[in-house]
Formats: sequence, structure tokens, C-alpha cells
Amino acid sequence: MATVISNERLAEGVYHLAVEGGNSGEMGQFYMLRAWGAYPLLSRPLSIHQVNDNGVEFLYHVVGEGTEILAGLNPGDPVELEGPFGTGFPQVEGKVALVGGGIGIAPLYYCAQKLPGSDIYLGFSREPFRTEAFRPLAAELTVDVGGLILDSVDFSAYDHIFVCGPHPMLKAAQLKGTAADSAGKRPDVYLSLENRMACGIGACLVCSVSCKDGQRKACADGPVFLAEEVLFHD
Amino acid sequence: MINTSATIAGVSFKNPIVMASGTFGFGREYGRLYDVSLLGGISGKGLTLHAKAGNPGIRVYETPSGMLNSVGLENPGVEAFLAKELPYWETLDTARIVNLGGNTLADYVLGAELIQRDADARLLAGNPAVDMIELNISCPNVKEGGIAFGIKTPAAQEVVRAVRAATSLPLAVKLSPNAEDIAEMAVMCEAEGADAVSLINTISGMKIDVRRRRSVFNNLYAGLSGPAIKPVALRMVHQVSRRVSIPVIGMGGITSATDIIEFIMAGATVIQVGTYNFMNLRAGSTLVEELQQFMKEENISSLDEIRGIV
Repeated sequence: MATVISNERLAEGVYHLAVEGGNSGEMGQFYMLRAWGAYPLLSRPLSIHQVNDNGVEFLYHVVGEGTEILAGLNPGDPVELEGPFGTGFPQVEGKVALVGGGIGIAPLYYCAQKLPGSDIYLGFSREPFRTEAFRPLAAELTVDVGGLILDSVDFSAYDHIFVCGPHPMLKAAQLKGTAADSAGKRPDVYLSLENRMACGIGACLVCSVSCKDGQRKACADGPVFLAEEVLFHD
Repeated sequence: MINTSATIAGVSFKNPIVMASGTFGFGREYGRLYDVSLLGGISGKGLTLHAKAGNPGIRVYETPSGMLNSVGLENPGVEAFLAKELPYWETLDTARIVNLGGNTLADYVLGAELIQRDADARLLAGNPAVDMIELNISCPNVKEGGIAFGIKTPAAQEVVRAVRAATSLPLAVKLSPNAEDIAEMAVMCEAEGADAVSLINTISGMKIDVRRRRSVFNNLYAGLSGPAIKPVALRMVHQVSRRVSIPVIGMGGITSATDIIEFIMAGATVIQVGTYNFMNLRAGSTLVEELQQFMKEENISSLDEIRGIV
């Protein structure tokens, strides 16, 4: 059992939750959170925003009943944490771009801490949040509101590109990675996928992702995948 | 001394808590969180003869006190299971149940034969083998096979008879609540030589996305599980256990020791825990402890004292 330290509203429906308890995890991994009894039935997977000495922090967007309950948590409230789970972003060397869209910026903050000197691109459809926290960690910080953040990224300028954001953005990043490949410079593009999960540990197969080598599990084989491995069906 | 043990067709269960197929993988994932040898048994992820990718689109949707799933039997196939997962099961001290599905009658039979051959070889070498086959004729999420066999008794009879002839391993048949007459189905299973029946599989259900004006599931319908279905499951276990003399494996929305006791009082020999594994990743160890505690409080020294008393 962990305890809420703070639960701050950053923008419309966006919150920054800090808990004392779990204090481990790699960039791109996630925890299953639960702050209720039997209903809603499932715990909620939230990616690690940051790990510090005595706890872990999350950014989340209120999308349904579970995250609505999370939004009502106050300091001192108990919260159940299971994790860290999943296979996150790799520790890499070379020139790195971190590209986040909306709540997809959540796992990139920890990446920015672990990969100093990265260029950071943050895109928002409406009100931006947490951008100033990223600034001291970035070689260069680009913030876009209302446009397409991927348009600002020159894929051929990087060795590694980490992307987290909505589904169409991930698909577009995969395409840009392929285009950069044909242009001569081939960045490794890593996508952090979001998917509905039940167990979070690889047992239920609810979060299956179609990949070139067959079905993979977003929770255990991912949530981070090399872009070229993922087959987007829609 | 509290005795929680039970036996089905010579297979010992140290306690009545068996993890239900489709919710526990092959145990390895939960094995990182607690000692799964504490459990009475594990029913592995439903297998088909050949590997299956499962259903596209959304695979899970929450409902009040329940969950709809449309996984569609994604699995590695019988042979891959025997080669890659069974060696892990060998290391466990718990009853090993293989859940076997199929698209066609021939698939069921070939799958059962493969499992039988593997078990023969393992036993000959002095190694632990599969303890029981749980025949899945009731998956609502696959278009061919699955539920098609589980609704009408004559169709189910054909599968049970053919699989019974293909294996001498203890055989449980997993029944669907969507069957036309689940008690008649169970009676048929007993007559065809099944050693047990397990029930209930998920109830066919639906969820509509009103903004997109379509079902959230590509397959239209999905399987409802969790506490929402417990009263239905309990009633069916009660009905069926009064009609057959083979053991009944009861399941449907169990999340506590008192839920387990209810199913035992309704006539179940052992029970299975499914959706609760997602609500509490340590469900198995939680329930083993809670059951001991409850039996102590209620002065129940053996589950035989209360089995079927209602």
C-alpha cells in the first residue's frame, strides 16, 4: 500500500500524482494503480513520470471512472500500487529526441532525466502542461499547441527517437521513421503504446499488439516497441 | 487441523482454489508475485491445436461489477505449450489442468491425443505430467468451435465422446451458461465418461458505444465475467450438482472466502477463480489465507462437512 503525497491539477482533466511507496522503475515502465474496492473492477495502468528516493510520480488524464476516482485523491489517502511492470525505453547513446503528445509526455520526463542532452518536443491540442519542468532537462525544448508536434521533428537528425502520444501520432511517427530510413539516416524509433489492460503482467492477453513476428503483449513485451515491429491495422 | 483438500478422479487438490483458464496465463507471470504452489490447481490459458492470434479490436470492457472480454482464445497452440510451458509446470506443486478448445471436432481430438502422448512419455520418464484436461466447449468469443459446441447437447456430446475416446487423462468438461439446458448438458457429460464438469464459463453479453453507434467489440458480443455473474453461476452449480454424481468445479465471480464457501455449499468440489485475479494480482494467496481463517472462525474442519448442504 502506498500513500498519496500530492495530487495536483495541471490543466483541464490533467493531474500530477505523487505517492510514497513504490520507488523503483525504468523509463517507460508502468504501475497498476487502484484506489477503490471492487468497482471499477480493473486497476489502471499509469506510466512512470518520475521515480525519486521515496516514491513515484504519475501524470494522468481523467478519461473514465477509475481516473475520476484518482483525481479525487488527497494527500494521506492510501493507494494500491503493483509494479513496476513492462518493458520500457532502452538506455541509449547518441543524439536523442523525446516526442510527446498530450498526456503522452508522461513517461518522457523520466527519460529526459536519464538521457540528459536530449531534444524534447511536446505537443498539445489545447492547454499545455508541465512544459517548464522539462525545460532544464532539454538541450532544446520545442512546444507546440494546436498543431502536429511531429512536423517539428527532423527524424534524420537523430539516432534515437522516443515517441508517446495518441494512436494517430504513433502511426505517423512510424511512417516518418520509414521515410527517414529511405532518406539515408536511420533513427531507431521507439513507440510507447497505450492499450486497455486487465492484469498488466502478461497473463490475460487483453492488450495484445499485432507485430511483424506475431502477437505481443503491450503490458509485458511493451508498452515500448520498436516502431518498425508494430503493425497498425487502422 | 483444517483440511481443505479435495480429490477429483484421483487428482489431489491441496485446497479448492484453482485458477481459471484465461485469467492466469500459464502461471509464470503470477509466479513472480507469489508462490503459485500454494494453490489447489491451475487451469492454463485455453489451447487450440494450432496457435491462434485472437480477436482484433477492443478486448475488454468494464461493466457494473463485471467485465466483458473478447480475447478470442489467443494462444500458442498445444505443441508450443507442451514444449515451452509444461516444463515450468513441472516445477510447481499444484494440480496441472490443461484447458483444451478447438475449431473442429478433429482439432479437439488431435489436441487431446498430443496431450495424452506427452503425458505418457513424461510418466514413463518419472516426470510430472498434465493432471487433467478441461474441455472447453463454451468459449463465446470464437466464431467456429467454442460455443457452437456448447449450446446444444447433441453437438457437445459428439465432442465429449470423441475426446473421451482419445485420452485416458481425467477429463472435466467446461460448460456454458448459454447452453440450452446446462443440467441436461452435465448429465450427458457424465454419461459419456467425463470425470467432472466445470461451470460456468462467461455469459454472452454486449456493450454499445452510443456515440459511434456500434458495439465496442468487433465480434459484436463478448463474455461477461466477475462478481456480476456470481448469483447465476451459484444457481447453476447448485442445479447441476443435484443432477450428476461426478464432481462439479464451480466458478463465476468468486472474490472472497465466503464466495468459495457458498459454491462448496451449493455442491462444488473445488472452485475456480478468474476475474478476481485482475482485481487483485495476489488473489490466489489472499484467498488461501482467507479460507483458512474463515474455516477456523466457523469451526469447519473439512470442506466435506459443508459440501452440498444447501
